[in-house]
Amino acid sequence: MSALVESLSTARVAPAGLAAVRADALAALQRDGLPGPRDEAWRYANLRAFGQRRFVDGDCGAPMRALDPGTLLGGDVAARLVFVNGVHRADLSTTGRVEGLSIERYAAHPDELAGLLRADLDGDAFARLAAALAIDGVRLRVADGARIAAPVQLVFAGAPADGDVAWSLRTRIEVGAGARLALVEHHLAGAPHAHFGNAVADYDIAPGGHLDLLQLQEAADGASVIRRGTARLAAGAALVQHAVELGAQWARQDFRVRLEGAGARFESRGVFALHGRQQGETRLDVLHAAGDTACDIAWRGVADDRSRGVFRGAITVAAGADGADAQLGNKNLLLSPQAEIDTQPVLEIHADEVKAAHGATVGQLDEAALFYLRSRGLPFELARRVLVAAFCGSVLERLDPVARARVDALLAARLPQAEAA
Amino acid sequence: MLKIDNLHVRVAGKAILHGLTLHVKAGEVHAIMGPNGAGKSTLGNVLAGRDGYEITAGTIEYEGRDLLALEPEERAAAGVFLAFQYPVEIPGVNNTYFLRAALNAQRKARGEAELDSMQFLKKVREKLAVLQLKDELLHRAVNEGFSGGEKKRNEIFQLALLEPKLAILDETDSGLDIDALKMVADGVNAMRDPARAFLVVTHYQRLLDYIVPDVVHVLADGRIVESGDKSLAHRLEEHGYGWLAERRVAGAGG
Repeated sequence: MSALVESLSTARVAPAGLAAVRADALAALQRDGLPGPRDEAWRYANLRAFGQRRFVDGDCGAPMRALDPGTLLGGDVAARLVFVNGVHRADLSTTGRVEGLSIERYAAHPDELAGLLRADLDGDAFARLAAALAIDGVRLRVADGARIAAPVQLVFAGAPADGDVAWSLRTRIEVGAGARLALVEHHLAGAPHAHFGNAVADYDIAPGGHLDLLQLQEAADGASVIRRGTARLAAGAALVQHAVELGAQWARQDFRVRLEGAGARFESRGVFALHGRQQGETRLDVLHAAGDTACDIAWRGVADDRSRGVFRGAITVAAGADGADAQLGNKNLLLSPQAEIDTQPVLEIHADEVKAAHGATVGQLDEAALFYLRSRGLPFELARRVLVAAFCGSVLERLDPVARARVDALLAARLPQAEAA
Repeated sequence: MLKIDNLHVRVAGKAILHGLTLHVKAGEVHAIMGPNGAGKSTLGNVLAGRDGYEITAGTIEYEGRDLLALEPEERAAAGVFLAFQYPVEIPGVNNTYFLRAALNAQRKARGEAELDSMQFLKKVREKLAVLQLKDELLHRAVNEGFSGGEKKRNEIFQLALLEPKLAILDETDSGLDIDALKMVADGVNAMRDPARAFLVVTHYQRLLDYIVPDVVHVLADGRIVESGDKSLAHRLEEHGYGWLAERRVAGAGG
């Protein structure tokens, strides 16, 4: 048994349903262990080192941890739920009454949560870890036809604690028929720490429903953040994802999208910008299961110093899903000779009438553009930042202005200020 | 202002300039003419500080400083400006943002106060009017989707805005129709000043009908082979560059 699993196998008090899931999850982990180096889905992760780490299950001091409200994303919100080290903070949250929007915490519905977690046990080791650790989360429902004007924010904050904390939150988002919701998932850090955060989410979008999903991940540089999402889209439903991955020592997201109804549409715009020794991995897996479904994926990756980025975009068009339109583009920039980016576009088509295109590149900053800017007086570092920001910004044009300003500032602050090449 | 002495330059292991000497005083306009492959663009790039040019011998002194020791942005702040033969398209970088960042970076490097957006826009409007450029260009990304003429005019617009002391125009006339050529020439002529020097690099004499040079040099085989007044440009136009080869004098220099 790895030190990781051992450290998280301590006894704890929990409702019976959750305790049973936890026992089963831990038993499975102890039996099967963590993914090995030959497991294709985990080959880029440094699990040997991670498996040797020890964490504390939950942070009992979380209700008192300080969090600067300035770190929260501004603008109007329909509701904001803040979790610090996995623990809900009513004092930092706002949940006004909004017509057509219902928000429940799973802490108040342990049996319902246990049901979700039990299904998660079918997944890999990290799905089991997340299931073993979860005791809370959010169920969010938008009633049929309801259009929620302001976004709902789910804030996953990390704050320094007595040790390295492991936490897990389970969410479920249900967007009703013809309903509309903007959801922000914001991972942020109050101060440096090396916690292990898990977030598992389902997104169910009923016919004609629309979900705008902004995922802004600016976790602490030392943190490990593992996220898993599964979206199911009924006929005519739409999911528009913007993902910005900037933080964490190790960040990984597995995001699966099932286009189950005719005309369902998934759009994904994402950026990762890594520095230091950060490792970031995004795996998108889209299934066109019905006709006239569309997905349009455009991601940008930037890696500096000794960081490593991985992007995998897999699109499968099932037999019979005629009229599907699948577009995938992934462009990457290496800013240092020690940085590495692995990109894997995968297209698998079993239908006859399909429009599909995919492409991926890994390159370096355009020397001609860099020289042009410098010849006009922009110092080397500024010129480099301007070009990298433009490169990333090209997929963020439709981002809401408040979020865009935040992302631009974050990119400017996180992008290399390093020595001249 | 600019003293280039015995400059030898290699590009990708190949000698391009060998023994170029050229002295330019403030207030003067020098034209550099020459056949394709003579090293005209190499000269502009070396002056602006582009990577990939190996200086194997010679010196470049600019206002008493060793120009070759300066980074490109330091040269810009010191007043050196290269109007590119092929201006670079930079998607995602707004032209206005770029121009203001450039101007303020130069001002900062010189210890001058940076311009706020009101002061900057006022200056921009003045310069736009001179070049008959549309405001709309400012809102687009740098050179992205610009026509050939727009790109060249954008270069001259930058020249007008940044007000350098030494402006190098690298084949700014190539690809321009006669109206655009006149507009570019008007922009340059409006900037002629006793404190400013121009190095106008061109293949054709046509541009020099509008920007009348004080001195014309012929660059061939990596060095200046002939210098004279503006009539030299006309003789070249008449006889072609082949004419020079026949009457070349060893050791000719500027």
